[in-house]
Amino acid sequence: MTAEKLAQIAKGEQETQSRLTDVVNVCVASGCLASKSDSVKQALESELADRGLSGRCQVKGVGCLGLCAKGPLVSTRSGAIYKKVNIGDAREIVDHLGREPVARLLLPTDVPFFEKQTKIVLENSGIVDPERIEDYVAADGYSALSHVLQQMTPSQVIQEITKSGLRGRGGAGYPTGLKWSTVAKSVGTQKYVICNADEGDPGAFMDRSVLESDPHRVIEGMIIGAFAVGASEGYIYIRAEYPLATRRLRVAIAQAEQLGLLGAHIGGTPFTFRIQIRVGAGAYVCGEETALIASIEGKRGTPRPRPPYPAMEGLLGQPTLINNVETYANIPPIIRHGGAWYAGIGTETSKGTKVFSLTGQIRNTGVVEVPMGVSLREMVFEIGGGIPEGRQFKAVQTGGPSGGCIPAEFLDTPVDYESLAKLGSIMGSGGMVFMDESSCMVDVAKYFMDFCMTESCGKCIPCRVGTYQMHRILTAITNMTATSADLKMLEELCDLLKHTSLCGLGQSAPNPVVSTLRSFAAEYKAHIEEHKCPAGVCSKTMGVSA
Amino acid sequence: MATYVAKPVAPSEDKRWKLVDAAMRRTGQQSRGLIETLHAVQEAFGYLDEDSLRYVAMSLRVPLSQAYGVATFYHYFTLRPSFAHACTICTGTSCHIKGSAALLTTAKRVLGLESSKVTPTGSISLLSERCIGPCALGPVVVYDGQIAAAENARELADHLRSWIAE
Repeated sequence: MTAEKLAQIAKGEQETQSRLTDVVNVCVASGCLASKSDSVKQALESELADRGLSGRCQVKGVGCLGLCAKGPLVSTRSGAIYKKVNIGDAREIVDHLGREPVARLLLPTDVPFFEKQTKIVLENSGIVDPERIEDYVAADGYSALSHVLQQMTPSQVIQEITKSGLRGRGGAGYPTGLKWSTVAKSVGTQKYVICNADEGDPGAFMDRSVLESDPHRVIEGMIIGAFAVGASEGYIYIRAEYPLATRRLRVAIAQAEQLGLLGAHIGGTPFTFRIQIRVGAGAYVCGEETALIASIEGKRGTPRPRPPYPAMEGLLGQPTLINNVETYANIPPIIRHGGAWYAGIGTETSKGTKVFSLTGQIRNTGVVEVPMGVSLREMVFEIGGGIPEGRQFKAVQTGGPSGGCIPAEFLDTPVDYESLAKLGSIMGSGGMVFMDESSCMVDVAKYFMDFCMTESCGKCIPCRVGTYQMHRILTAITNMTATSADLKMLEELCDLLKHTSLCGLGQSAPNPVVSTLRSFAAEYKAHIEEHKCPAGVCSKTMGVSA
Repeated sequence: MATYVAKPVAPSEDKRWKLVDAAMRRTGQQSRGLIETLHAVQEAFGYLDEDSLRYVAMSLRVPLSQAYGVATFYHYFTLRPSFAHACTICTGTSCHIKGSAALLTTAKRVLGLESSKVTPTGSISLLSERCIGPCALGPVVVYDGQIAAAENARELADHLRSWIAE
């Protein structure tokens, strides 16, 4: 695969598309598929076929258009987005092609949900067909790889990534350039590149959306990473709960192999790189990098102490670069536009954009990409569209079971790694769950503790026994049978787990409890002293199994 | 000293073992292919039984205890046969906020289940899963692999009753 060949494919594809009078894009990511977007796509296709327009107008399956709550979503070349489309609407949509859009179905795009977004990772989502490499190439795809192979040395690539200020998007925010240079410097007979697609935080689905919408972007990022650190083998570890994303990745890898973008002598250079997929088997702890590596090795997914870090001793004891899906997805645009361009977006310490999934009690549930540093208030009331049914905003939970609940008084906090950490929460992978006054914060804390208790791998005692004990106390509180001594014990356990657990799961398991104790102490008190739940969620009769 | 170990014989004449063998060959017949191989067994047979675990462990030369350990560590693997119908209720954060706990209670009541996950006749299984991804549509219920969005208790009860009536 040479640059000329790529340009040829891009040109051919662009010409084919310019010959079409119109294109109807139908979202075929999991969200819209669940509301039967595939049958909408078929209906549109047969409507066009009936009118003999099949050759001139294409119905294209594309990735996520963002506003999953209003699915199935359909868009046309003119930029109109239609919401909640069903089979019966196909005729009307085709009728209005090339004319003014169907007002009845139109989703306004001049609203903050769309206007406040800056799309870098999601620039192709909802535009390219995730199952056709030609479409990705036509959208400048693999041009970053081609540039890297022909005009850059590995150390120049790492310099560019360092200059961009990109930090790991999996949650911890470790500087990506620094990680890459550590792996590049490590000595080993064989180096590996791993993509962590084990997106386990409940309520987080950004990575699924990226993989289902634009899988080639992640693959391109991995190949560039492998070139930079000197790796020849790569793995994508994806959770078994994402069958569609897995299938699209397999298709994408096969297509890239066919074009010689993966395999031996990529782009006519000595550089060789192959990617294999490893499907997880349902263990949240495998999102932790050492546990993930153990799982790829065919073992139980239990973490081990670090150091040595995977950058020195990772998969099969060899230096291993392990990054999250979104981190790799940021690489091609950084190479294309330069590190300085990327560093110009975001805040002082958190550069670029971040993809978030908005869920819970919020109007605009879906996937958004915003520059780092937007305030939580903008996320809730502008991009998120506010809390439905006239209820009051109570808290936003970020970072999944490792994160915390942020109350209304901190809504003006900017969304970046440091600010969220200061509030006792974390950026995490990007799940944001919004809650209104109908949510009981003790119940929420119990929910997350139940999660951590179930998902604890059992290797270290603080996590295995501590999460059980904390869950027991939280259950007692929600059953109105706890005493103030229990509360004191709960606080002690928070401290103990944080400081003595082996891995991130146990260390951060107390976060939801700590953050709710800090901001919603009155609710705990009401359960313990007055035996009542202010939100009306908990009752004495709920029982232990609830 | 390397000792020669004869290749173990598949537990039965069943053609599906060829799929399992192919999976092991793909990962180079190495112990690190254990999880991939167990996926292949479960895909072919629906579950992992003792025979299959013994066969895979011997073929990949991992201790049976390790194969059993892996099979029980991961939630995705099951050691018992599958059921006529499976209902999975998502209990991820978003679905929890939107009331999946009540759906679970309803499902247990309709199916007459207390804590056990399979109906007495063994035909319907009820599972809860932490987040299956389409959070915007919650609370989400999966009927035999088909995702149903924004379920309410009545829809759920009707669906389950239609299975019971079969």
